[in-house]
Amino acid sequence: MQSPVYTCSLDNVTQLINRIAEKMPVYGDFGSSKTTLSPKGFFLPALEKLYETAKINDSYKITPAPPENAPFVLLGIRACDAAAIEILDGVYLNDPIDPQYKARRHASYIVTFACETMGANCFCQSVNINPAAPKGDVKAWVKNGTFFWLAQSEKGERLTELLLDLLERTIPAGNDLLPVEPPDSAPALPLPADMLSAFNAPVWDNLHRACIACGTCTFLCPTCQCYDISSHECTENSEKTHCTRQWDACLYPGFTQMAHGNPRPSKKERFRQRFMHKLVYHMQKYGTSACVGCGRCVNKCPVNMNIVKVAHVLAQEEVNAYV
Amino acid sequence: MNEQEKMRTRAKELHAAGIIKQVLAWEAGAFPSYPAPAFFTKPNAFEKIVYNEFCTANLSKYVINITEKTLIFLRPCDAHSFAQLVKENQVKRENTYVIAVGCEGCVQVDEGEARDLLESCRTCTKTDYPLFDEEINTQNNPRESTNKAARFAEVTRLDSEENTARYAFWQAHFSQCIRCNACRNICPTCHCKECVMDSDHPLDGQFYHAIRALHQDGRCTDCGQCSRVCPRGIPVHLLNRKLIYTSNK
Amino acid sequence: MSVKIVAFCCNWCSYAGADLAGTSRLNYPAQVKIIRVPCSCRVDVQFILRAFVRGADGVIVCGCHLGDCHYSTGNYHAEGRLTQLFSLLDFMGFERERVHLEWISAAEGAKFAATMDAFVTQVSALGKNERYRNMYTKAGAQNE
Repeated sequence: MQSPVYTCSLDNVTQLINRIAEKMPVYGDFGSSKTTLSPKGFFLPALEKLYETAKINDSYKITPAPPENAPFVLLGIRACDAAAIEILDGVYLNDPIDPQYKARRHASYIVTFACETMGANCFCQSVNINPAAPKGDVKAWVKNGTFFWLAQSEKGERLTELLLDLLERTIPAGNDLLPVEPPDSAPALPLPADMLSAFNAPVWDNLHRACIACGTCTFLCPTCQCYDISSHECTENSEKTHCTRQWDACLYPGFTQMAHGNPRPSKKERFRQRFMHKLVYHMQKYGTSACVGCGRCVNKCPVNMNIVKVAHVLAQEEVNAYV
Repeated sequence: MNEQEKMRTRAKELHAAGIIKQVLAWEAGAFPSYPAPAFFTKPNAFEKIVYNEFCTANLSKYVINITEKTLIFLRPCDAHSFAQLVKENQVKRENTYVIAVGCEGCVQVDEGEARDLLESCRTCTKTDYPLFDEEINTQNNPRESTNKAARFAEVTRLDSEENTARYAFWQAHFSQCIRCNACRNICPTCHCKECVMDSDHPLDGQFYHAIRALHQDGRCTDCGQCSRVCPRGIPVHLLNRKLIYTSNK
Repeated sequence: MSVKIVAFCCNWCSYAGADLAGTSRLNYPAQVKIIRVPCSCRVDVQFILRAFVRGADGVIVCGCHLGDCHYSTGNYHAEGRLTQLFSLLDFMGFERERVHLEWISAAEGAKFAATMDAFVTQVSALGKNERYRNMYTKAGAQNE
């Protein structure tokens, strides 16, 4: 049975948020447009301690970091980021399950917010994401000056129970109450159909040259999920070491560096890898592109390289610098 | 824009005359206000050279160790970092053909919308080109007379505050740093093959920035790219400007 | 709760000066740990910052007097580099009084002891180092 749709006046939304905040931490809000950082850091932090070792007499004691399972709420997640969280779940909640990710993910309540207009750099519709129909435990939207709230999962229903006295129930959603999908004016994201010809395309020789391999796109991307693990001496106490996990980028030279050498020896191979993964490998393996069209890389790339440009160049639709 | 046409024409002429093999300039992308640096290798693509207030990336770093004769267009800020790289033997000058280009400043772009001039452009005092082979519109380098004083205004403002206020200012900024390394990778004078900060404790906030600023000491040409590219809005270049200010005194 | 001081001393002048303080039985605070370097210009800025991150409360660099460097120009480089470092540290909000550069010759045992004494007093007034230790601040704040 579908959950009922609830409404409240726009003025009372703050009360809703405050009520939730009485029970658990709340991050984000309904008003802002895209954040610079994606929500992935709530589940896969930029830096986290996995365990600590300490020398006690002649033996070592290993203390794993306790799992973080305190509940929290993420407010105002957009459709792009909600789709990205699903992609991350596919990686971290499948065998082998990542215990740290799982603890945080299960402790989270995702309240999404439908987009009424598209940002200038957004292109989620080009990857078959409907900005007006975000997933998440609860979907919220504004229409005709009214705030709507609809639980989409059991967790969402539990959250809704906290707020019943602040919300008004409406009849189950007919289409006239649902948010309207904004018009699609974003550039297309053509996905190469043939993996080998995309991999061997001569355009990579020139296309990678503008990229400075900094990792900004990777760290801002909501689906990029790779990490590095390293151990270091604890700075306060040299008898202890910390083993930490931190974000890594396949664009970095050290990413596939191994004892024998590096199978991706130059920036060209690493640049190609990033976009082949996002545009081709993920599609072939899972049926969706790994890009959710959020546009963060478009906005923040230091040299204005971005996944749309790469896709267009690969599709060779017109004469450009790389032909 | 006048410069854009002249740049395209000169590129074609120089290539046809066999003087250059390729061109380093900017090219439009799928989004209008995001032109990216590109190496143009075929003459039929020179029509795609773009030059406008959205061409924010500094081109000089791309010619490090270049092996083919390359035409590069340099604005005053790029020209100074280019000259620094030549001085440090990172660029073979004989493999470059430099056309100096006039510049009215670039704009900050946020979510596709143009905002004000970049902070480094608002405080730009450079109108000269240390090394070049020809020029296009270099008389068109308007600079406000207030720029010279404005260049160090933020540095002196911070200097006048209490030490603890400065600490709070930088802590607030550096706690946002995600070590994306954009500031390091875009910097023309950061060209070590292996960076000392790569082998270190991950995400070491201020340590990384302090060391990096000191490694650029005396070499930084104040192009402002580091602050422009920071995705968290950290005013990285203030550290470099402080060092320049101290050594100028 | 005594402050920990790291003293980088150049082999030819200031380390010899420290030795002279010792043989002359001149007291200076025991919490000063001396690290001998060939020349004051061997001191990389990272040495100083890492010393702080690992728990030093004050760092002092000692070298030959200008003009007397065993390697002719090393101390000039050190002076230039450290002046910039100290200026930057102050700008970033770290306590300027926790770092110091001093020229001490091999004959100046008394000056060595007096300098260390004064520096320990200066740093003790500031207490244990917190700000510099936080240079390895956990970054990547997620909650914006």
